[in-house]
Amino acid sequence: MTAVLQVSNIRKSFGGITAVDGVSFDVQEGEILGLIGPNGCGKSTLFNCILGQLAPSDGEVRVDGRVVTGLRPSELNRLGVSRTFQLLQVFPKLSVRENLILAGQEHQGSMLSRLLGPSDAGLTEAASQMIAFFKLDHLAGEAAGGLSYGQQKLLDAAMAFMGGPRLVLLDEPAGGVNLTMLADLKERLAAINREKRATFVVIEHNMEFVMSLCSRVMVMAEGRVLAIGKPEEVRANPAVIEAYLGH
Amino acid sequence: MTGVPKLLRVTLGVIVIAGLIIVPINFNRYGLFILSQWAVMTIAAMGLNLTLGYAGQVSLAQGAFVGIGAYAAAIMTSQGMPLIAALGVAVVLCFAIGWILGYPALRVQHHYLAFVTLAFSTLVFLVFRNEDWLTKGIYGISNIPRPNIFGIATNRPLPFYYLCLGSLGIVSLAVWWLIRSPWGRAFVALRENPVRALSLGIDTRRYTLMAFAIGSALGGVAGTLYAPLTQYIDPVPFNLSLSLDLLMMVIVGGAGFFFGPFLGAMIAVLLPEWLRFTQGYYLMLYAVAVIGLLIYSPTGILGILDRYLTERRARVASALRAVAKSSMEPAP
Repeated sequence: MTAVLQVSNIRKSFGGITAVDGVSFDVQEGEILGLIGPNGCGKSTLFNCILGQLAPSDGEVRVDGRVVTGLRPSELNRLGVSRTFQLLQVFPKLSVRENLILAGQEHQGSMLSRLLGPSDAGLTEAASQMIAFFKLDHLAGEAAGGLSYGQQKLLDAAMAFMGGPRLVLLDEPAGGVNLTMLADLKERLAAINREKRATFVVIEHNMEFVMSLCSRVMVMAEGRVLAIGKPEEVRANPAVIEAYLGH
Repeated sequence: MTGVPKLLRVTLGVIVIAGLIIVPINFNRYGLFILSQWAVMTIAAMGLNLTLGYAGQVSLAQGAFVGIGAYAAAIMTSQGMPLIAALGVAVVLCFAIGWILGYPALRVQHHYLAFVTLAFSTLVFLVFRNEDWLTKGIYGISNIPRPNIFGIATNRPLPFYYLCLGSLGIVSLAVWWLIRSPWGRAFVALRENPVRALSLGIDTRRYTLMAFAIGSALGGVAGTLYAPLTQYIDPVPFNLSLSLDLLMMVIVGGAGFFFGPFLGAMIAVLLPEWLRFTQGYYLMLYAVAVIGLLIYSPTGILGILDRYLTERRARVASALRAVAKSSMEPAP
């Protein structure tokens, strides 16, 4: 098995505060790694360091064995690393279909071929499939800003999959989503993981969601890795119960 | 405009284009001059609309690019070179300078960026005024010749108007193609949410520079037509007030709407002429009209139409939902 993502000794300080303090872990191909921990423990900062949104103060990130530290987020995305954000980040004025085409277009051809080629970059079909897969069919032509919060969350996730990524980092995909839609989202993510062999890292506070979706769980506290292992092991770990889960 | 039936759109387009070709045939010299000016300013405003309206990058330098294009045309055609060569030089020059001017936009945004471009605008004005050896300084360049297009002289106002109108047509098609291409979508993404755009693989840096470069090149195109239109140029028309005028055209017409610059330039170029019958008051009335419009619709003239169409679409959609719901209920 090859590690899709290798994070070694990532450290990030803001002035005197060390938000991420020497975190190392590997994610294997096809794995879903859950990332949990109390608010402010450095989960999102770690994501931003992995994705090139923030420059880590120290450490190294490899994707498929290749060092990617220092690459811009757009370059990393075109290498097959995609993400969603904690807060909603769809383009409200574009339609659902346009949002998805936008999310895929930079993965096709060169800049010049995109200028001279068709308006949809040949992605209408792929976008329709993604729309059907996330059960947004009836909304394809609607402006994304007019969708309900849960629907926008689904669209946000769908956008992350348009480029056919190898690795997807999801920052609180379940936040603010109602129970029916949550079950839907979980089922969709599991299906993509199964069918496309896509690898995920998921930050989430919803323990039921994490424990049932993820193959391994990593717990962070105060910028460090507190525990990493199978969901049931982590759940039984006394240090984790003390720092995060509670008695 | 989505929401307007296609047949209506095509019919309207044909009528407007035919009107622009046929109606001015009987116009006098001055009327044709004003209409030509409208076409030229529309081209410049379309460039700014690309940079500002679509890609969201504030620029107060569009007038400077019109000036660069105008001086390129004036200097080259006075030396006997064809206007088409001057057009090539102006486009390449403005594209390159626009690209460089885009670099500050990678670091600063909004009114900070406005100040950077304003400083550039002033710099260009000073070059026009002080570098006499090239631009003849405050005396300006006169007797700028008008070109022959396919053997037809454009010395008379009507052929020259058709040259401006034809250029506007070509530029419109090119811009229309650009904004409906994936580039147009990337520009909008850049304006709406650059962080998310970056995470979707969009090279925001390159698109920002492109938005500046292409928008500036269109300013250059407008300039190459402006010089033979007036046949005399000096530095004054290309000072900051032209940049502000072009900015107003984009905002009044509706920033980020394809047809915004056409309407905005119409307001800025034609409205003051129509108001001339009020004599001393025309500029005041013009100012009040612009203020009133922007209070009523901050998104410009096309913003009003867009709002109406959106509301109508929402009404239709909710009516459809109501029908779908009632048909799902069991019959009594």
